[in-house]
Amino acid sequence: MEVIAGIVAAATPLVYATIGETISEKAGVINLSLDGSILLSAMTGFAAAFVTDSVIIGYLAAMAVSAVIALIVAVTSIELRLNQIAVGFVLFLFARQLALFLGNSYVGVNGPKVPSWDIPLLSEIPFVGTVFFQHNISVYGSFVVIFFAYWFIYRTRPGLVLQGVGERPEAAFARGVPVNRLRYLYTVVGGAMVGMAGAAVSLDQIAGWREGLTTNVGWIALAFVIFGGWHPYRVALACYLYRALLFVAGEFQVQFPDLVQVLTQLPFLLMILMITVINTEWFRRLGDRYPRWRNFLASAAPSGSGQVFVRE
Amino acid sequence: MALELRSIHKHFGAVRANDGVTLEVQEGELHGVLGENGAGKSTLMKVISGFIEADSGEVHLHGERLALQSPDDAIKAGIGMLHQDPLVFLPLTVLDNFLLGSPGSFRLNRRAGEQALREAADRYGFSFDPGALAQTLTVGERQQLEIARLLWLGARVLILDEPTTGISAAQREKLFEILNRLAEDGMIVLFVSHKLEEIEQLCHRATVMQRGKVVGHVDAPFSSDQLVEMMFGDVVVSEGRPDAALGSTVLELDAVTVSERLTTVEELSLHVAAGEVLGLAGLEGSGQRTFLQACAGLLKPKAGTIRLGDVDLTGRRYRNFLDAGVHYLPAGRLEEGLVAGMSIAEHFELTSGNASFFVDWNGAEAAATRDIEHHFIKGTKESVAESLSGGNQQRLLLAMMPDDVRLLLMEHPTRGLDIESADWVWTQLLARRESGTAIVFASADLDELLRYSDRIAVFFSGNVLRIVDAGTTTPDELGFLIGGKESVP
Repeated sequence: MEVIAGIVAAATPLVYATIGETISEKAGVINLSLDGSILLSAMTGFAAAFVTDSVIIGYLAAMAVSAVIALIVAVTSIELRLNQIAVGFVLFLFARQLALFLGNSYVGVNGPKVPSWDIPLLSEIPFVGTVFFQHNISVYGSFVVIFFAYWFIYRTRPGLVLQGVGERPEAAFARGVPVNRLRYLYTVVGGAMVGMAGAAVSLDQIAGWREGLTTNVGWIALAFVIFGGWHPYRVALACYLYRALLFVAGEFQVQFPDLVQVLTQLPFLLMILMITVINTEWFRRLGDRYPRWRNFLASAAPSGSGQVFVRE
Repeated sequence: MALELRSIHKHFGAVRANDGVTLEVQEGELHGVLGENGAGKSTLMKVISGFIEADSGEVHLHGERLALQSPDDAIKAGIGMLHQDPLVFLPLTVLDNFLLGSPGSFRLNRRAGEQALREAADRYGFSFDPGALAQTLTVGERQQLEIARLLWLGARVLILDEPTTGISAAQREKLFEILNRLAEDGMIVLFVSHKLEEIEQLCHRATVMQRGKVVGHVDAPFSSDQLVEMMFGDVVVSEGRPDAALGSTVLELDAVTVSERLTTVEELSLHVAAGEVLGLAGLEGSGQRTFLQACAGLLKPKAGTIRLGDVDLTGRRYRNFLDAGVHYLPAGRLEEGLVAGMSIAEHFELTSGNASFFVDWNGAEAAATRDIEHHFIKGTKESVAESLSGGNQQRLLLAMMPDDVRLLLMEHPTRGLDIESADWVWTQLLARRESGTAIVFASADLDELLRYSDRIAVFFSGNVLRIVDAGTTTPDELGFLIGGKESVP
């Protein structure tokens, strides 16, 4: 039970990052700077919380930094029509170096941490209570984000429009949708959520700042958005599955210490295998067979993602 | 009460797409907008629907001047446009497509939406499965979905841009019936086409455009000669197919079964002789493309044999098909036939077969200039493929075809082309046929099929329903066969 609870808690930063990126990509903007954004927001979040002694201000600072980076991606893509991939990659390098440079004086410092808080009543339910409701606000927030993202995208009118904007921007535009304005909005919102991933590391999971703190979580998140078929539930499932695999690999490590290097790579191999499976014809047909599960099983990227929408 | 356009100007770079267009359409009027490709019809319609902003000019509806800055403004004013390629979202369901962009509560009420969809569909005699994905619909059905949606949103002006491209004869009849009804109800319908017969059949009044300007307005009943003269300045007479002697068998299929995703062609046996033109008729997705791709060597048959002359090519590589003299020109000219971003000269060099490591660009450019002149391509050797119009892309594709083609496979040789380009294409094809090339082409245009084919194979849900002699078949008979009916009632 504690093991599962640990896995759920450990996946929190990954959940914020993947859901944020999902929202941005659903609108048609690929934010490749993810890993750099997370590192910089982890540093900023920790520094802000340390200086003000307020975890909340730390989170807000982290979100703001990451939102600004996302805004740069949006502006260069929408106004300057630059390649999103190129801009995103350069921003990744820039944000990473900036984090290392600015964060120098905070290395090894003890700072504030998100306090644990068991949800009354719910936490007393056997099993479920331990697994899901004996964490802290950061972890609970990640649950809310998953459910809200799903509900928003598939159950609300603006969510339907969001899907349209990423899928076929000119068709959305023909229906009176302000395509580029919405792309700005969702890229920035997605970016802010990515910032929460950084804060979840530096103010909760690791609680501190040092180089390489976020362990490539951004790159992993980019892959999991694809693996999750741009569906919040499936994306979240991928995050939890990954942490579970990592845990299993850790257990094996104890027994086979010689294989440390190999075992830590196993989850990635399994993920590649899974991506191969979801792209098979058989998996694609599953959605036709079970229409209720179609959105969950779909694996196609939003057709308009990465594309610049220019009105004639 | 009417729709009025006053002196609309719109330019793209140096091209004046609309150069002072003035037009008035009354309520209850089915108004045709006629002109060849590039005459500025689509631009004008996009201006009225707010999709693009005019440089200058005014649009008035019912005496009120409209500020059309975006499609949203047009929709609010009651103007709806059906684009040539229906702008639906392919991975979304029919219902979600119907609801996307509609006003209403934050939370999506799909049940109420389904009710609205059913009512809208019933009113116009459509039937949709709300849960089906839009990608499973035919072009005609996507169109019906868009029409139902636009009318549900309260459109009082309906604009249709080349709506009969790619839809079946039955769907066209249905569309015309609905447009007539809408006009009777007092709506304004703008019907854009470059097909004379459609304007003649449907419209009360027509405006003819040429090079961004209005040539004139004509009332029904129309005179074809007059319309053609207004469109082109002089009358184009398209010649029929001269008889040619058939040679030995070029293509022979024996009980071929081949499938591609949703379409399966089963146990097809067929032969085509040298100098013969075989037309492939049928609704989109009835197996014509699958058949052509199997003949081109792009799809491997599951059973049966494909022979080219004396050579058995069943299951061989595409390269072997090319070497045997097969040439395939697919429907997606830019997507499948040409390379976007590459110039005309580069295209010629790419297909020249020169094996040397270094490219002799001086020689290549000189050759390209020659070929451009010879094939009347409107463009220079530096023009990139996507900058060419549909007609000029087709000319380039034909110009790139090697001389020794024995079997030419084509999809929609003249789709989206103006009459002049279409005639030119067929002149080229018929010249090939004279020299013994067998031609197999798929088309949705009944006139084209009947005019140029020797025989027509009619496809219906993956099977060849019948092979008819083009000389003795009427358009009606062909239309019924395409709809799956064996005989005319």
